[in-house]
Amino acid sequence: ITTNMECAVDAQSLISISLMKIHNSRTQRGGIKLHKNLLVSYVLRNARQVYIKEKYAEIYRMQQYEEVRTVCNEIQELNPLDLDSEDADDEDQARAACCGDETSLCHRGAAQPAVHVRAPSTLLGCCPFEDSSKESEPCEYRSCCMEASPVSHFDPFSADNIRHCNKTTVLDLDTHVVTTVENGYLHQDCCCDALQGGQGAQSPAKKRKGEFGGCVSEAEDVSDFTAARKRAKREDCSYSNPDYTETSNISNLISIFGSGFSGLLSRQADLEQICSKQALAGLGAWTRAIVAF
Amino acid sequence: MKCFSRYLPYLFRPPSTILSSTCHTEADIISTVEFNSSGELLATGDKGGRVVVFQREQESKSQPQRRGEYNVYSTFQSHEPEFDYLKSLEIEEKINKIKWLPQQNAAYFLLSTNDKTVKLWKISERDKRPEGYNLKDEDGRIKDPSTITSLRVPVLQPMDLMVEATARRVFSNAHTYHINSISVNSDLQTFISTDDLRVNLWNLEITDRSFNIVDIKPANMEELTEVITSAEFHPQQCHTFAYSSSKGSIRLCDMRQAALCDKHCKYFEEPEDPSTRSFFSEIISSISDVKFSHNGRYLMTRDYLTVKVWDLQMENKPLETYQVHDYLRGKLCSLYENDCIFDKFECVWNGSDSVIMTGSYNNFFRMFDRNTKRDVTLEASRENSKPRAILKPRKVCVGGKRRKDEISVDSLDFSKKILHTTWHPHENIIAVAATNNLYIFQDKVN
Repeated sequence: ITTNMECAVDAQSLISISLMKIHNSRTQRGGIKLHKNLLVSYVLRNARQVYIKEKYAEIYRMQQYEEVRTVCNEIQELNPLDLDSEDADDEDQARAACCGDETSLCHRGAAQPAVHVRAPSTLLGCCPFEDSSKESEPCEYRSCCMEASPVSHFDPFSADNIRHCNKTTVLDLDTHVVTTVENGYLHQDCCCDALQGGQGAQSPAKKRKGEFGGCVSEAEDVSDFTAARKRAKREDCSYSNPDYTETSNISNLISIFGSGFSGLLSRQADLEQICSKQALAGLGAWTRAIVAF
Repeated sequence: MKCFSRYLPYLFRPPSTILSSTCHTEADIISTVEFNSSGELLATGDKGGRVVVFQREQESKSQPQRRGEYNVYSTFQSHEPEFDYLKSLEIEEKINKIKWLPQQNAAYFLLSTNDKTVKLWKISERDKRPEGYNLKDEDGRIKDPSTITSLRVPVLQPMDLMVEATARRVFSNAHTYHINSISVNSDLQTFISTDDLRVNLWNLEITDRSFNIVDIKPANMEELTEVITSAEFHPQQCHTFAYSSSKGSIRLCDMRQAALCDKHCKYFEEPEDPSTRSFFSEIISSISDVKFSHNGRYLMTRDYLTVKVWDLQMENKPLETYQVHDYLRGKLCSLYENDCIFDKFECVWNGSDSVIMTGSYNNFFRMFDRNTKRDVTLEASRENSKPRAILKPRKVCVGGKRRKDEISVDSLDFSKKILHTTWHPHENIIAVAATNNLYIFQDKVN
């Protein structure tokens, strides 16, 4: 999708705007306009695709960084060795693994995203790079860093970085998170907001698909919309955590509409399917690559 | 390209509005305009559910250069706001479309529709009234029979012309979704009404029954991917109609094939250019209006940025594409935020199918000459209103350097939009609705 726009097109803000439009259409005179809401849902889908792609890319970068850190530790324990830059194959696996991680985020069903601190730890189990012998402490940092991408120019495959990864201070320009890397250990100086929006969007979509499908009303037309929105409202109330922001409410609405227009979303569902398959295939190879060093 | 002059600064506002152009009620916003088949009458519908019909003055022999003006002929309340108790929904009284029936006797007939109900109105003149009743006096009071001593036959006496509008038929309860268009068949016996998912066929005489001829509602509403945006009968072939979709496609259907015309006989669609893909691609490709040419050989469609002319014999791409306001392509994000991207512009053919016209923002409207390939942008505004003045072509500046008379894209007023226009069937007279004002322009007479 080209963003040939005069104004800065931010996928996330488009998602919020679209949801607000759908929400407002409930109270518009004359009833919900099917055509307009359908068009808004297309924008929502497009924005969500871009948003997810961006998140994938971010997580991929994060994973690369984490992987290098892991390798650093391994190297320091075993032998100081050069790591050749990955060939394309491994990169694909890395990507797949990243997708796999993302998918496992999906299936994790972040049922309690309200609890900010705990959410990351529930994701730890699906970290593909985790070795059983690893200490759990770095993983906490890792999950915090899911949101914060390392500084963009950091090339995890550069030989220099791997050799000299003693202490680096990293400022993420997007989230303003300052990160210090010391001897392979990552210290997060300050954590940005949890990725409730993105995470929330993924899991409830899977979870609620069944719900929505099961509740298809016999009555036609706009009652479908009304039902979807009523459900969204109920879910909103279940999160009593005061930290739960507007984004979280919106993420619930995203999931409702995710399941609401499954015809539009079939492509997205396919993408996730493919990712999980690739992830499973790629995981083993990646772990083997690590152990080899 | 002929110049369009304004014969007179003809501005119409319904009687109840405040006279200032900046202050008007929502109900006065014109929502549809339509000439009848002779061009003698012009009907407008507004958001308040009212219909105002104008009639062209007979040309006077003493002033042959003075073309007939359009004056108010009849005003009536066509639709009232309603409430659907079952769904707890208010039904707007806004008139979505008006379509005239060809004249068959002294009276005029038109169909007007809101979101749910179509009505057939008869507009007739009364210039005589019976006088001399025996049992009641001139005021209508019943006379005491005992006072009557003689009998007389009532006679018709001339009276001031009165134009009456009466609702002759009400076609209701056939649409779950919002009606977006109506179209009278060339057989003059049937018409279709179209909502987001269905097209229904009616007989003008029968109100308690209609036949569903197109139904695109999926079994599972979650799988909905497109809606019907407009439908029209072919001008000559009474068995053919076309309907446009939100996905930018047009389907031509033949009612002789099957009772349910879900299977189209022609499918018109232009493949999307992947290089222009954006968040809003689906919105801007949605067709807002479809019109057959008068000769029945072409179809014209309007989407957000373009007007396309299709040859009925060629389905894979349009014959002609005209850019209405391509400078808006870079502004789609803000147009999405302020909802302008959902505006449904209409398009019209002139009588000879050589020129097409459509509206834009800032009270601009555009005309494209299909033969010379020239186009012009004109503005409907009171500032330019001088009697017999020639409308000056306008230009939107897209680049950096703005010439003296040009207007920059950022200065466009998006609240002033021309969505509804109509062209006289035979002459170069156009009616343009700009919010609550109606402008009627005529070609310069030489």
